Amino acid sequence: MMDEIASHIIDIVANSVTAKATYIIVEITSNTDKDLLSLYIKDDGLGMDEETVKKVLDPFYSTKIGKKVGLGVPLLKGTAETTGGIFRLSSVIDKGTEIFVSFNLNHPDLPPLGNIRDTMLVLVIGNPDTDFHFQIKNETKEFILDTKEIKQLLDGVPINHPDVITFLSKYLDENM
Amino acid sequence: MNLEELKKIREKAQKDVELRQKQARIRIVVGMGTSGIAAGARDVLKTFIEEIGRRNLADVIVTQTGEKGLASQEPLVEIYEEGKPLVVYGNMSTEKVKRVIVEHVVNGNPVADFALDVM
Repeated sequence: MMDEIASHIIDIVANSVTAKATYIIVEITSNTDKDLLSLYIKDDGLGMDEETVKKVLDPFYSTKIGKKVGLGVPLLKGTAETTGGIFRLSSVIDKGTEIFVSFNLNHPDLPPLGNIRDTMLVLVIGNPDTDFHFQIKNETKEFILDTKEIKQLLDGVPINHPDVITFLSKYLDENM
Repeated sequence: MNLEELKKIREKAQKDVELRQKQARIRIVVGMGTSGIAAGARDVLKTFIEEIGRRNLADVIVTQTGEKGLASQEPLVEIYEEGKPLVVYGNMSTEKVKRVIVEHVVNGNPVADFALDVM
């Protein structure tokens, strides 16, 4: 159902946006020497109490009454654990939620990473009022995209203006 | 290409901004809940974003939203246009997005073939 790690990222970030996050940090780190892929997502949204955290980890839970789909978090946890990785979620009311997930890079059941460039583009443009800090890191390279910095440079021009979209598409192609 | 180039874009774009801030002519909303993503909503949203950039549609914005409760028809897209009925498109694909952009967003004719609902 969620065939790529990138899909999980979009899904978790959508939860953060629903929780009224204004700033979301997404870090993707891969290390082939250690056979490790890790994902860290931290938001400053509403946060959850212990009871709600338990429910979010339950595959049959959703915050919307009558809605049966809400499998995102359990699916991510399942994928991490299947590959011999770990899953940690911690949340504090009014402070936000953070999720750390790791995967064993060589595990046959590890889904493909997916298109991280497109993922960043759709999250940044599709949530123009939310700020993002992406960090994509491997042994040789580190790429950072921070929308606070971009918005400061834009000085009032919306980040979803066509010219900015075109710029960001090229910028991601050339720099990440 | 570096971030400093945004300053040039800023100068060029600033004249559009006042117009746009009043009210975007068309607002496109793509459902990006778990089932939407699984059905391909990311590529649908990406295609809208690229088309807006490529065609310089400064009065159109596209945003994402969560589940819409119509999981069997995902990816779902809603098009809001002032003074016109809301059009909901279902089972969207990147190819369908391109047709919606040309026929509906640019030329003002909703694509009846893909519309689930008009309200």
